[in-house]
Amino acid sequence: MYEKNGEKYFIVDSHMHYWNAAPDNWVPGAEQYAKGWIECFHAYQGLGPKETHWPIEKFQKYSEDDLMKDVFEDGYVDVAVFQPTYLKEWYKEGFNTTERNALMGERHPGKFVYNTRFDPRDGDAGIEELKRNVERFGSRGVKLYTAEWNAGSRGYKLTDPAAYRFLEVAQGLGIKNIHVHKGPTIWPLDKDAFDVSDVDHAATDFQELNFIVEHVGLPRIEDFCFMATQEPNVYAGLAVVIGGLMHARPKFFAKVMGELLFWVGEDKMTFGSDYAIWEPKWQVEGFVDWEMPNDPEFSDYPRLTTAGKKKILGLNAARLYDIKVPDECQLPEPAVA
Amino acid sequence: MTTAATDVTSAAYAALGSVRDPELDEPITDLGFVASCTVSCDGRARVRLRLPTYFCAPNFAFLMVADAYDALVATPGVLAAEVELEDHFASDAINAGVAAQAGFVASFDGEAVAELGDLRAQFLRKAVMAGTDQVCRPLAAAGATPQRLRAMTLGDVPPSGELDRLRQRRAELGLPAGDAAPLLIDPVSGERIAAEAVPLHLRRARVTRAGIEANTSICSGMFGFRYANHDREVS
Repeated sequence: MYEKNGEKYFIVDSHMHYWNAAPDNWVPGAEQYAKGWIECFHAYQGLGPKETHWPIEKFQKYSEDDLMKDVFEDGYVDVAVFQPTYLKEWYKEGFNTTERNALMGERHPGKFVYNTRFDPRDGDAGIEELKRNVERFGSRGVKLYTAEWNAGSRGYKLTDPAAYRFLEVAQGLGIKNIHVHKGPTIWPLDKDAFDVSDVDHAATDFQELNFIVEHVGLPRIEDFCFMATQEPNVYAGLAVVIGGLMHARPKFFAKVMGELLFWVGEDKMTFGSDYAIWEPKWQVEGFVDWEMPNDPEFSDYPRLTTAGKKKILGLNAARLYDIKVPDECQLPEPAVA
Repeated sequence: MTTAATDVTSAAYAALGSVRDPELDEPITDLGFVASCTVSCDGRARVRLRLPTYFCAPNFAFLMVADAYDALVATPGVLAAEVELEDHFASDAINAGVAAQAGFVASFDGEAVAELGDLRAQFLRKAVMAGTDQVCRPLAAAGATPQRLRAMTLGDVPPSGELDRLRQRRAELGLPAGDAAPLLIDPVSGERIAAEAVPLHLRRARVTRAGIEANTSICSGMFGFRYANHDREVS
């Protein structure tokens, strides 16, 4: 919980990681990809405040103690949602698997939500793995990285028939939340890999599922906004927006927030620190302090109230994951608009 | 190096200024993507390009390398060109494909089904939308209503760099770009926007500009972090 000026904010970090990207986990022959991936993540960290930057060695592999301190002790987070990314073509044990997250999380009851993942190209074996993970870890959400390389394939779309099969199975298993993360590759490579129109189709065809588009479709915010405004079950995951823009490019952060508030609305935006790319502490503090600039350039954007910040920082994600929120952190009834 | 070679090098670099990042709609020279550009006495141009991340989308990277090659060989005094993309997961495929003038499909055997013309046009249309916001926002601030903007032609708009840029992007797409052309057009059909669709069109123009600006912010920040560290390592 974070408290400022007498206001109490329940914090759900809806997008964070516990990875091992150190050389001991690199797949022989794929070292350049494993190294390139984590260096790319590290450059994202460079967009945060300088005093929060880590050396690359720590960034490749941080400890359980680091995570617990940065996220919960210093970072104000009440509940954190693990979002696994496997990348087993590059990392021997995976970059950040459901098992790795849960083995750590089991030592800290009540602190974590264990999302799992699936890859439609894994066929029947992937279906069985998804069933096992849901049963073992109680997952209510999945993280899908559509640019993952898999046996010669450079990615997939949610509209692929195999993806629909997995979405149907996931829904039957009680999965509610689909976190979609777009990356730079897909088949065929001549198409825009960041295109979000497949999410649009899937959201229409799976009305019972929520689709949380991570980093709000960046670099395709405009396509995401226009899609989200038409689909009631599409949410904006703010990972990267706060971490990548609020400190480094405050003017463009304000514009992006203005667009999201206009097109998507504060009821469908969720905070995610993307830890360990960025620590939550400065993001939570800065976001609570943030206000839309008074400059005429921003005059036609909606304003964000304290109530709106409470929703974005925790209440919206708590609703998606049925997380109990203490009374002192709830909005007064009726909800302040 | 002779004076002639120096002049050709300057001309080659200037030619690279016509090459844009298709997503960010900015010249690769302004973005810092040109790591070096030299032309030897016998007219061989050699250019090294670098991008914000190891995993920048390979289709856009290919377009920049191919466009740089085309710009160089069209430069008077350049007799041969070699463009090398560095520090990228698909460097080998892209560099070899462009050197062989093989096209995208052949360069990424089995991974692509079409050349990149449609992708380029898709992003030029985004540039037209963003440019529409750049041109219309000052007009609106000066009191022009949405319906007044709809009635205006490009010739009615006071001259500006933003207007020139919008005209150029529209012309590249084959859309009307002359003085008599409407200011607000559909970026696919080129038709004037219908009266009832104007507010939404202006909103889409604004969000498209915000998206490109945010994307550019992040890319330039990461590029700076990546190569500031790199330069410190090598110096």
